[in-house]
Amino acid sequence: MSVRVGEAAHAPAFPKAAKRLLENAQLRRNVRRATDTIRAKRAKVVAEMADWQELRAAAHEIKEHTLRYLDFYLERFEANCTRAGGQVHWARDADEANRIAIGLIQARGQREVIKVKTMTSDETGLNRALEAAGITPHETDLADMIVQLGEDKPSHIVVPALHRNRSEIREIFLRKMKLAELSDRPEDLTGAARGYLREKFLRVKAGFSGANFAIAETGSICVVESEGNGRMCVTLPEILITMLGVEKVIPTFRDLEVFLQLLPRSATGERMNPYNSIWTGVSAGDGPREFHVILLDNNRTAVLADAESRETLDCIRCGACLNACPVYRQTGGHAYGSIYSGPIGAILSPQLQSMDHSKSLPYASSLCGACYEVCPVKINIPEILIHLRAKLVESGYPPLVERAAMKVASVAFSGADSLAAAQGLARLCQWPFEHDGQLRNLPGLLGGWTDFRDLAAIPKESFRDWWSKRTGGQDE
Amino acid sequence: MSDAKTEILERIRRAVGPRPPERTVDYAATERHYRHSGTLDGAARLDMLEERLRDYGAGVYRTSRADLPAAIAQAAAARGKRRLTIPAGLPREWLPDTIEFVPDESDSYAGLDCGEGALTACAAAIAMTGSIVLAHSPTEGRRALTLVPDYHLCVVFAAQVVETVPEALRRVAAAGARLITTIAGPSATADIEMIRIQGVHGPRRLDVILVVD
Repeated sequence: MSVRVGEAAHAPAFPKAAKRLLENAQLRRNVRRATDTIRAKRAKVVAEMADWQELRAAAHEIKEHTLRYLDFYLERFEANCTRAGGQVHWARDADEANRIAIGLIQARGQREVIKVKTMTSDETGLNRALEAAGITPHETDLADMIVQLGEDKPSHIVVPALHRNRSEIREIFLRKMKLAELSDRPEDLTGAARGYLREKFLRVKAGFSGANFAIAETGSICVVESEGNGRMCVTLPEILITMLGVEKVIPTFRDLEVFLQLLPRSATGERMNPYNSIWTGVSAGDGPREFHVILLDNNRTAVLADAESRETLDCIRCGACLNACPVYRQTGGHAYGSIYSGPIGAILSPQLQSMDHSKSLPYASSLCGACYEVCPVKINIPEILIHLRAKLVESGYPPLVERAAMKVASVAFSGADSLAAAQGLARLCQWPFEHDGQLRNLPGLLGGWTDFRDLAAIPKESFRDWWSKRTGGQDE
Repeated sequence: MSDAKTEILERIRRAVGPRPPERTVDYAATERHYRHSGTLDGAARLDMLEERLRDYGAGVYRTSRADLPAAIAQAAAARGKRRLTIPAGLPREWLPDTIEFVPDESDSYAGLDCGEGALTACAAAIAMTGSIVLAHSPTEGRRALTLVPDYHLCVVFAAQVVETVPEALRRVAAAGARLITTIAGPSATADIEMIRIQGVHGPRRLDVILVVD
């Protein structure tokens, strides 16, 4: 089985990619502005909720329960969706999922498909596969459209074009929509998107969506959105295909009452997003006549098998951890080399790829814990990062020099005598670099620290020396 | 090679390992200490709904049952609407005679795209989130009716207003709804520099008439 997460297998390591992106001042301004705005809005609407912590706890418990009985809930979902007139397909990996989708569209003679934002189809690389099969996908979420028309990559889970500003967007639209004139006012840019897509919504007969939740008890799907493009895609076409990861199932309709409160406040800082669509199979006289669900594994079952990082699968893709992360806020999403960026991407991408790719991502964090604090389903991301780092160390991932340095450090810190010896040696070696009690311009790898940060020199007298002088060599 | 379903289910069973045998007991043990119902009285609930609808850019009118037709006429006139599409089951006694109403009986979407707007009832409204809940009954219409036209005028009765999300979902679940749409203000986006723009693909204007007796 080949597990693919977008194009992560070919992405450069995080530090390399980050270094290049940090030089792009425009991108940093755009990312900073966007994440600051969402954070402020989120903080305000979360503070309104007296029972926020109780909702988080309940969400975590529901997700953990669901994962324990995932096989049961998936089969129950399939049975109820089928009873309501839907058809359920199972896909072991990205290629299988894409093949099913393409087969369904081709069998109905369709050459175009309208799509509502779905991370899962980015994960499987569906658009590229569709194009290779002669089918044109139209992304309809405004930000996804900006990314697609700009031949760009998404940089945020919720706001994929957050790295673009209005004048960049204007240029993309002018070029791709073949417009004679367009201002860079967000109202006008949005209006252009409405005009451009309306014709497609009414004409294209195949629709494609992801799902925020699949309800086992009723066989229903729930899609959470703002622009109305989601409602268009799941309502107007004659055939609708919904692709979702197996972890998206929840046991009962009632469970939605927890997630529909947590998700909008965490994702966009709204009390409720403009639109939620819930549908059950097919309904006579309303919406598509044919409905298919593709349940995707793509290594989620391998994540499930690791009890210490299983809760990665609790994620509801709100993006709050991205906005809160001091690393993401500097680099933006592209540095992560995966469609899943930020703290959740740093734990999800390497696991989905059996730690074969994205190995630098578990290190793309300062472990400050801000992600855990804002996570609406209480995924302990810092702990999982450490767990993944340990797995990587066991597999021999870190460079030889780093491992050798750690070995030396481990000897130096193993006893008072060896520590004193190490300190003495360091004191001897540091004098060419010491100025006013600070070390500057250290050579080699150590320079990676002193180029940007202060480092205090090792003092002439250690605490132990001072203490033994004070007590005359008598330990207390 | 086994089929995908069998293989995925096997992988899951292997991955999760031993678990408590009673799934229903395990589910019942999930702790739900959050709020299940509101505490506001009727008037405060309506005020909160109105404030939050306005916060998202919806227009709000208050009226009594007797004056409902006049309120509909007023709201439509304020938006310059002379002809609204209505679901086939909408009570005719709501309708003023100053506007033309066209029952939505075709199954095409092109007609809705040319229409001026839609007038519907709803299944519930949530004060805390400023949301309207549609369950697409004969008085609320098919989903496209409140999606394709550029204007949506929605009638909400005070008795349909609940404070919290759980209360609203309980109501539509009890009614056995298969199709549910929740609406909080007109369609919107913040995808360009995080500036909130009202009116993307769904109706660009939403007005709500609160019927208080």
